[in-house]
Amino acid sequence: MAATAPSTTAAAADAAPPRQTYRKHSKLNRPNPLWGVAAWAVGLLFATPALWMVLTSLHREVDAATNPPSLLAPLTLDGYRSFFGSSNAWPALINSATASVVSTLLVLALSIPAAYALSIRPVKRWSDVLFFLLSTRFLPIVAAVLPLYLFAVTTGALDQIGLLIALYTAMNLPIAVWMMRSFLAEVPVEMLEAAQLDGAGLIRTLRSVVAPVAMPGIAATALICFIFSWQELLLARSLTGVVAGTAPVFLTSFVTSQGLFLAQVCAAATVVSLPVLIAGFAAQDKLVQGLSLGAVK
Amino acid sequence: MSVSETTPQQRTVLAEPPPQQQRAASRKAGWVRRAPLVPALVFIVVMTQLPFATTIVISFISWNALRPDERGFAGFSNYAQVFTDANLRSSVVTTIVLTVVVVGVSLVLGLLIALLLDRQFFGRGAVRTLMIAPFLVVPVAAALLWKHAILNPSYGLVNGVLTWVWGLFGSSSPPQVAWLTQYPLISIELALIWQWTPFMMLILLAGLQSRPADAFEAAKMDGASPFQAFRYITLPHLRRYIDLGATLGAIFIVQNFDAVFTMTSGALGTANLPYTIYQTFFVRQDYGLAAAQGVIVVIGTIVVATFALRSASSLLKEDS
Repeated sequence: MAATAPSTTAAAADAAPPRQTYRKHSKLNRPNPLWGVAAWAVGLLFATPALWMVLTSLHREVDAATNPPSLLAPLTLDGYRSFFGSSNAWPALINSATASVVSTLLVLALSIPAAYALSIRPVKRWSDVLFFLLSTRFLPIVAAVLPLYLFAVTTGALDQIGLLIALYTAMNLPIAVWMMRSFLAEVPVEMLEAAQLDGAGLIRTLRSVVAPVAMPGIAATALICFIFSWQELLLARSLTGVVAGTAPVFLTSFVTSQGLFLAQVCAAATVVSLPVLIAGFAAQDKLVQGLSLGAVK
Repeated sequence: MSVSETTPQQRTVLAEPPPQQQRAASRKAGWVRRAPLVPALVFIVVMTQLPFATTIVISFISWNALRPDERGFAGFSNYAQVFTDANLRSSVVTTIVLTVVVVGVSLVLGLLIALLLDRQFFGRGAVRTLMIAPFLVVPVAAALLWKHAILNPSYGLVNGVLTWVWGLFGSSSPPQVAWLTQYPLISIELALIWQWTPFMMLILLAGLQSRPADAFEAAKMDGASPFQAFRYITLPHLRRYIDLGATLGAIFIVQNFDAVFTMTSGALGTANLPYTIYQTFFVRQDYGLAAAQGVIVVIGTIVVATFALRSASSLLKEDS
């Protein structure tokens, strides 16, 4: 599909937008089923590595590593059994869950008031504040790892989940403020005025006017922050060890694996990716707006 | 880019008019307004600005943890070492190549797929969901998947499919490529493009769907060919979305550590800047040098981020 010349695809794509009445009678402009076939082919091609990961995780090790691939080999849960049988798997998953959930809650607690002060009742120079926040997220994390490591060594915070929670909160906070601001800005100003005229206090206004409009956005922000924390490797790998190691750190133990391990690797990769896949599909409708920091609706 | 949003300027109308006679009261009102912002700002400053300030200080110290006796003020010698280090120069090139290739190819593929998904066909939602999946595989897991299950020379999926296809034609000597050793950087780029194309596609699809229908129809009525309509109406409209996708993608891919670390461990010329700094710090344990490298990377990022902020700023202005 990638080889299709841009001009032909683009031209063809623009040929049949299904709007306007005069198109109805034109046979030429009926959607061409070939485009649907092409789209399905591309979608399946992109999903293939992920589907292959799941299929391989369900094969026996001897069937997983064959050339040519054994597509129809018998299915088994052995890969998952050996993954969960490993003594480090559960602690790693629990550490990841703790770090992601707690840091996401902290991000919400800090970013909702901040976004309120940047959109609904904006402070002076609110856009400067927004850009300062964004600039902190653009700085490469790798340049902060060294001082954080030295700090952790001197204070005994090394290999403590609390340190990761604090860092993930800081990492996601700027993005969350940007997303949240764009979601809060969707609250119509007329509704706020009406609430004020009706004598509603701050809490009531927040609860009955702001919350219902902003709730899907807040949920999407939380899911995206959860995803970013769950995936993070560099900080976790540098600042944790055996006690507070997270799931991505656990996965790195497979980097140099040899022998019959492919089904187990795929099982591990599937289990670790599952929370992100669930969160991502749950946030699907707001994913673009969130990932583009509210710039795209 | 919707215009339905109310501007913060409009929103200030909500506030009670500041009392003219009492400055103190208005100052107090200002702090009441600022109060919800303070915890977040303080937290961010402490957690991000302090470490970077420390990095700058350490970059002027000669400090190798393997030689603890030789610690002392270094002046600019760490920086001099950064600029004369051939490994570091090659990691700068690797970072740029990796970022440009991944962002460029993902954008083009993302645009083509977005144009495809902008049409009506059976199961559009399902295809969109299939397309998003690569973006939602944890990066380390994706890198492991590509390294072991897809690009492995003896049992990876790609070579497996080559064997199978050649077998169909009765050939017993299919081409078998040792992807990670023969084409290490391309292998990493493949895995990253697989993950980032969906991201670009989502942003560009949102752009296509916000395309004003009337200009398009007018162009059609005036006899513009589909290509002309794309070139002169769709593409200019998508321009901002392309900028946004490119800058956000670049920010994340410049910082990429997971794929390089997992797939090649920086071998065979694939070490990018984040990986090199990580090595200087954890393996060579040259803290001063690692800090100087970090400072250089920050300066480089600021240059790139200025463009990013500019495009974000144009979006914010349109928003308001």
